[in-house]
Amino acid sequence: MSAIYDYLTGPLWPWTRLLVYLVGICAFVAANAAYLVLAERKGAGRIQRRPGPNEAGFAGWLQPVADGIKLLAKQVMIPPGCDRLLYCLAPLMVMAPPLICLTVIPYGETLVARDINVGLLLVFSLGSINVMALMLGGWASRNKFAVISAARVVSQNIAYEIPMLLVVITLLMVTGTMNLNEIIRQQGGGFWHWNFFRVWVNPLMPVTFVIFFICMLAETNRAPFDMAEAESELVAGAFTEYGGMGFGVFFMAEYANIVVGCSMATVLFFGGWQSPLPFAVLSGSLFGPLWFLAKLYVLVLTVIWVRWTFPRTQFYGLLNLSWKILIPVSLFTLLLTGAVMKLPLVLRHLF
Amino acid sequence: MKAAFQEIYGGFMSLLTGMRITLGQAFKPTITVQYPRQTLKMPDRFRGHIQLVLDPETGKSRCTACKLCERACPSDCIAVDGAKLEGQKTKSVTDYHLNFTTCSLCGSCIEACPFDAIEFSKDYNVVSFSRDAFNHMDLVERLGARSKAWAQNRPPAPPAVPAPATTPPPPEAPKTS
Repeated sequence: MSAIYDYLTGPLWPWTRLLVYLVGICAFVAANAAYLVLAERKGAGRIQRRPGPNEAGFAGWLQPVADGIKLLAKQVMIPPGCDRLLYCLAPLMVMAPPLICLTVIPYGETLVARDINVGLLLVFSLGSINVMALMLGGWASRNKFAVISAARVVSQNIAYEIPMLLVVITLLMVTGTMNLNEIIRQQGGGFWHWNFFRVWVNPLMPVTFVIFFICMLAETNRAPFDMAEAESELVAGAFTEYGGMGFGVFFMAEYANIVVGCSMATVLFFGGWQSPLPFAVLSGSLFGPLWFLAKLYVLVLTVIWVRWTFPRTQFYGLLNLSWKILIPVSLFTLLLTGAVMKLPLVLRHLF
Repeated sequence: MKAAFQEIYGGFMSLLTGMRITLGQAFKPTITVQYPRQTLKMPDRFRGHIQLVLDPETGKSRCTACKLCERACPSDCIAVDGAKLEGQKTKSVTDYHLNFTTCSLCGSCIEACPFDAIEFSKDYNVVSFSRDAFNHMDLVERLGARSKAWAQNRPPAPPAVPAPATTPPPPEAPKTS
């Protein structure tokens, strides 16, 4: 046993590490997708005063397994006349970006697959591929509902990408680095150092978070912005022609994207693996990941809570919200942050 | 300009109000009835098929087979037959058949009954694979089943009044059914 351990941790260690993280990330995404679906259904049930799924296993805990078996047992049917390549490629393209994004997200100070210097850039550039995949899926399906939905997805995501990136630029000006671990390290020393509460850097920091959160909902196509699926208007939107595991992968990707989005919100606004109390021990490699996961799941549950509170917006309402409110406000916070940061320099220059 | 800011602020606050309400609902107890395992109690005014009233005193029907219900029925779905049993002053019902497939639950039979011997049951699980189950519902047989349950569940008869100590006990204790 120890011989194997020595062998794996010796010259082969980079490969072992790679394999462990690869398996770990895939398992994390799969487990999240499975059990967030259950959490969503349970949460929806509680909000509507129902118990939610409670038949499969103890209190419904085997429901994801039952769903998975059901989806796997279904035939994968490619509708005639559709673009086979793009049709098959779309589920993969929607699943791959969140998996790649997870490699740079630090769940603890040492628990990160690749601690690269441009992690922030990587996450947000890969985030756009999601839109592309939904558009291709809708287009390749050769279905009117899917094409309408694809058009909606594109205009929605373009509209919400702008305020989201403006918010990220605001934070980038504050942090001065794109290394996610470094961004978290800057927020150490008690919860009042988290970016969400740093009102002396930018008095509108909580507003910035709200904008980020709304844009994240829109980017991940979650209700009240779920124009991609819109199951009560467009059958199943871009997924209309997908069945079995093709649909299942889109479904899993939605939850994987939520996890990535909420992880980014945790990193950027809530101090990642930093504990709310200013003791270094509590943010160490043992407790750090626990703090990260606690914050992450509070945000994920909020996403579920939002979905079951608000009805789907009308499409022009959605675009109005972005172009008339979110973009001007996020531009203003950007300017305000710049002004606050440069104020000492200006004062020193003048006096 | 001011109106625009007020609209944004008011809109955001209304969103928070909505979220507060759903959060409040999420922590209240669920109201689902787990149907096959739990059932609702039917309200008093619920009209199931008619059934013979079980007299809580005797555990038998009060029906005297006077056939007023049979005559009152507009759909002709009741068939009653009775016989005078040994040692009884009145007739009692021996046969009460209801054709539930034509019954419209109008309640005329119940109104017509001078002895309050029939009532609406609270049974809503009236489902079958064939109409034969409801063509000739034997209400006397159904009453028999309830009568058995009544006999099992009735509180034990109060003990016989102890006789005064001076007199000898009666040779045979009064029989309780």
